[in-house]
Amino acid sequence: MVPLSWYIILSALTFSIGVFGFLARRNLIIVFLSIELMLNSVNISLIAFSHYLQSMRGQMLVFFIITVAAAEAAIGLAILIAFYKNNPTIKVDEINLLKG
Amino acid sequence: MLKYTLIPLLPLLSFIINILFGRNFIKDKAHWLAVPAVFGSFVLAVSAFMDVQSGNVININIYNWIVSGNFNVTIGFLIDQLTAIMLIVVTSISTLIFIYSIGYMHGDSGYYRFFSYLSLFVFSMLILVMSNNFLLLYFGWEAVGLCSYFLIGFWFHKKSAADAGKKAFIVNRFGDFGFGLGVILVFLTFGSLEYLQVFGKANSVIGQTINIFGYNLDLITVICLLLFCGAIGKSAQMPLHVWLPDAMEGPTPVSALIHAATMVTAGVFMVARCNPLFSLSHTAMNTVAVVGGITAIFAATIGLVQNDIKRVIAYSTVSQLGYMFLALGVGAYSAGIFHLYTHAYFKALLFLGSGSVIHALHDEQNMQKMGGLKKHMPITYWVFILATLSITGIPGFAGFFSKDEILYRAYLGGEVGKGLWMLATVAALLTAFYSWRLIFLTFHGKFRGPHEQEHHLHESPKVITVPLMLLAVGAVAAGWVGIPPLLMEHGDKIGEFLAPVLGHPHGEGSHSEEMMVMGMSVLVALAGWYIAYKMYVRNPELPQKVGAKFKPVYNLLYNKYYIDELYNRIFVQPTLKFSDKVILGFFDKSIIEGVVNGVPNLIGVFSSKFRKIQTGLLSNYGLVMAAGALAIIGYMLFLR
Repeated sequence: MVPLSWYIILSALTFSIGVFGFLARRNLIIVFLSIELMLNSVNISLIAFSHYLQSMRGQMLVFFIITVAAAEAAIGLAILIAFYKNNPTIKVDEINLLKG
Repeated sequence: MLKYTLIPLLPLLSFIINILFGRNFIKDKAHWLAVPAVFGSFVLAVSAFMDVQSGNVININIYNWIVSGNFNVTIGFLIDQLTAIMLIVVTSISTLIFIYSIGYMHGDSGYYRFFSYLSLFVFSMLILVMSNNFLLLYFGWEAVGLCSYFLIGFWFHKKSAADAGKKAFIVNRFGDFGFGLGVILVFLTFGSLEYLQVFGKANSVIGQTINIFGYNLDLITVICLLLFCGAIGKSAQMPLHVWLPDAMEGPTPVSALIHAATMVTAGVFMVARCNPLFSLSHTAMNTVAVVGGITAIFAATIGLVQNDIKRVIAYSTVSQLGYMFLALGVGAYSAGIFHLYTHAYFKALLFLGSGSVIHALHDEQNMQKMGGLKKHMPITYWVFILATLSITGIPGFAGFFSKDEILYRAYLGGEVGKGLWMLATVAALLTAFYSWRLIFLTFHGKFRGPHEQEHHLHESPKVITVPLMLLAVGAVAAGWVGIPPLLMEHGDKIGEFLAPVLGHPHGEGSHSEEMMVMGMSVLVALAGWYIAYKMYVRNPELPQKVGAKFKPVYNLLYNKYYIDELYNRIFVQPTLKFSDKVILGFFDKSIIEGVVNGVPNLIGVFSSKFRKIQTGLLSNYGLVMAAGALAIIGYMLFLR
């Protein structure tokens, strides 16, 4: 039986990797993947708690998160493509139209 | 009741309809509405006069205008003997002027505008004379001022006309300021603004004083002098007479209306109306008399040398108004109103007659370029003669009776009165001189204008001459209601008619004194004619010689004692300078614009600093977000 803490540590590590990728990488696709990674690390911890507490609530929440993440990825990538058609770049630091 | 309400309402209706629909629909048919409206007022005024004559004094309240605590003002009419006479004067003369204007203003682009303003003018004047309280009087008072502004500046594309309109309005404001204070003081003193209540309580405040800037002044005197301030402005007395001659810039019917029927008579009417107050203050009465007497002679001297035909008549109006105030000031209120009434007819006639001349000469107003018009314009000439006989006081004509009454009352008016009587007699001499000078320069001798113009000289159309002839009847006969008892038993009908409102003048002289005064006035009238005849018919080169010999005097008179220049130096220029330097240069530029521009500038400074936060870099935003999240989590874990 794997203890709960391992799952939590795994979740925390994945989340941190996601945060790091979000902050450090310049490729917009990778940034997107990092966001997905963060969402899924949360899913891991939710499922672990769900199992530990013998409650289905956490798993139910996970389904919602997966649905929302899918929709978000679809819209995000659509925006990305539309943007790319006008400005042929996907580097985050070159996308600064709102710079003050 | 509706009958009396309709008297002012008909002209108002004409104004509203003409001003709303004139430009697009009524156009050159404006008189179709305006003339019947004012004629209707005239008919109703006659009927109101009949009612008053049969002994009914009408005092009705129509509408509660302002009710606030014990401040209570109604729109209400008081039609007594005084108002009845004023109604007849205003509406009859206005009707004739309206008819005259059909011919005079024919083809003017502002035809409908002219008639709508005229209607408003008549409405304002009717409200002024009919009101039964001070506030409604004040309303009419201001409204005639406004209308005079519209009408004097009627040809506003001409700068001099626009300026004259402004001048009339601004000079009147000076007087009206005092008048407004007077009305306020009346309310503070008597707790009411209704004439009858105020006059009823007038005796109770005798001897009361009011503290102004540390001086204790007699309350009644202060009230009267403040009210008289308004009269000085509106009736063009010294020192606020400057607007009236400039008012000649307006179309001639307007001059006639302002000078004869409306506006300038308002001051005389108001003082007569307030006679229960004025009679209580010796100082105020003397002030009125002295201002009137000085104005009478002062304006007459200026009139001697003016060359603009309308200006001569304008100064004659100022002078005649001086007579009226002189009469009021010596307590002969009915004589003042009598002169107002006769003066209205012959002065309207003089103005409309000069309008006829100006019309024939295509807007030439300089008498030096006229002359010999007698054979071209016989009707105008003869009505002019009648009006002049009347104004100079030839026995039998209207002006004689009223002017003689004033001179006689002045003569009986004690020390001050005697002096003023002498002034007024000299003024009568001058009046006769300049009136005949006007006739001789305009109608006698040879035509001095451009040669080709002489062939186009013609008598004016009927629509102009018929009102002239009707007014001439008034100028001759209007005085027959006030024949002095010396010449006819119970001849002074107007004095007896007005007695319930204005009382009887005090003091009785002997027959010989009355004869002397009358003889003097006739004598100076004839002397004035004789001198003018000598100078302008017999020896046409004489005036130039006299003018050259007394050059400084001539210049002084010709330039109207330099009063306009003086006012320009003392009041106008400093005001302009003050506005330019302080109001515009400092207040507007620094303070107003400082605030208006300062606020956006401040925002600009802040935003130029804070906009740097928006780096546009996604990772920066992410970092801040993560730091924020950490901070919140840290707070939740450790600090709670």
